[in-house]
Amino acid sequence: MNRLLVKNVSRNFGGVRALDDVSFVVEPGTIHGLIGPNGAGKTTLINILSGLLRPSAGSMKYKNHDLHRLAAHQMASIGIARTFQNIRLFPHMSCLENVQAGQHVTSRRSLLPRLFHLPSARREDRRLREQAMATLARVGLDDKAHYQSRNLSYGERRRLEIARALSLNPSLLLLDEPAAGMNPVETHEITELIGRLREEGGYTILVIEHDMHVVEGISDRVVALDHGVKIAEGSFDEVATDPRVVEAYLGTTGTERK
Amino acid sequence: MEYLLQFYAIYGSVINFIGINALLALSLNVTLSAGMLSLGNAAFAAVGGYTAGILSVHFNLPYAASLAGGTCAAGLVGLVIGLPVLRLRGVFLAMATLAFGEVVRLAAVNLDITGGAEGLTGIPNVTTTWMIYLVLAGAAYFIAVLRRSRLGWGLVSMREDETAAASLGIPITYYKVVAFVIGAMLAGLAGGLYAHLNYLITPRDYSFFVAVDLLIYNIVGGTGVWYGPILGAAMLTALPEVLRGLGVTAGPIRMGINGLILLLVILFLPNGLASLFERRRSSAVRAEAE
Repeated sequence: MNRLLVKNVSRNFGGVRALDDVSFVVEPGTIHGLIGPNGAGKTTLINILSGLLRPSAGSMKYKNHDLHRLAAHQMASIGIARTFQNIRLFPHMSCLENVQAGQHVTSRRSLLPRLFHLPSARREDRRLREQAMATLARVGLDDKAHYQSRNLSYGERRRLEIARALSLNPSLLLLDEPAAGMNPVETHEITELIGRLREEGGYTILVIEHDMHVVEGISDRVVALDHGVKIAEGSFDEVATDPRVVEAYLGTTGTERK
Repeated sequence: MEYLLQFYAIYGSVINFIGINALLALSLNVTLSAGMLSLGNAAFAAVGGYTAGILSVHFNLPYAASLAGGTCAAGLVGLVIGLPVLRLRGVFLAMATLAFGEVVRLAAVNLDITGGAEGLTGIPNVTTTWMIYLVLAGAAYFIAVLRRSRLGWGLVSMREDETAAASLGIPITYYKVVAFVIGAMLAGLAGGLYAHLNYLITPRDYSFFVAVDLLIYNIVGGTGVWYGPILGAAMLTALPEVLRGLGVTAGPIRMGINGLILLLVILFLPNGLASLFERRRSSAVRAEAE
């Protein structure tokens, strides 16, 4: 089963309960939006799913692996890739090299054939390079392959980070605020890109996003968190009209409107 | 030809030391390329040198065997030290490896088998210039190829951003230990070559100051490419001889000029002397892209 199961996951930071008994299921091939006000525990959840943090309690399952027992670097080999809220590219590498660095689990790059200049090594290098170029083309950055990643615009850096995540051939993508801080044009591009990934199929995506137009446009289902607790789950419309979600975002006035 | 022979007769030992220092600088480059600031490589050279010396003086092993023994001993010590120490980052790692260097020095001073403070003497003088440069060429080739291997891509990614590297499936701790051990083995090999070149090895030969020198070779030469540390080691090792030729005697002035070069490089060539070559290449790449 390729669904992602999150079961009763909690995480404490000292006395702060960042996640409290959160459970949900992400069906294969769907896009799940994860929303909630700042400090709701969204990034904590992604960090736990990608192995950077361990849950204080609860379990997660994907492809028959117990995720809560795996280290961060083991997630990539079972097909889980992620991006970061505060873009973590390799600044002194070109765009192409960033994507090539992402091929770690899909490449061999053995030392011995390279020491002896065997043709097999050259073939592999050429194949990996072509694959990396194709991945760059998917996010529309193939014309900037040789630019240093730190010289890209903000929106381009976000797309390059997605390309690097795609280069490890994942089946589950965890995107942490892919449209944060973007202007409308860039937001449109990233929404289109995520939509394209859905059409190509094969990807299960969990995406944190604050821009509700983006969430509405791409999500099959939405999970809302507040203060570490899951307060709503369902289609976008169901969640957006849920009184607890409205309360979490806007607060209550004390007197109910008639 | 006659002129070359005369040149070698006068400057042979400088040429040899350039080779050994370049090899040591390369050994540190492996650890630096993974973003680890180690001050332990001089101590690994001491471990390799003493082991090689002891194996040939006390056990009468042949040259190749004593060199291999020194290399493996340094690698083994690197593994034992690396496993706990590599959990530390940045200056803390530097401090821990610095302490390790002191431990090695004090052990060499106080043990009987290492000959105490006077050092281990009577090591057969069999290292020749071509051997040093053959090993150096081999090490440089190995490091250049290593960079294009899976391990090499992983190490550079780790230096750029450890968290992101882990999310790409790169096993951080394992790769750190591997890089540390490779560096230790290269340093041990250089130490063995040195012991067999110099008749003797003393606790002072690979002290704290050498550890810092290795770092300076890398900074001045540039850590990004395989020839950077070699350039740095060659230039700074040859410098006192060049100054002597110009009529400036060694001593405090030499240290001052070393410092001045380091300052100028950091200010104007942040990627080291190697970037002088690198810049031309990257502008060629840019021209090709346009």
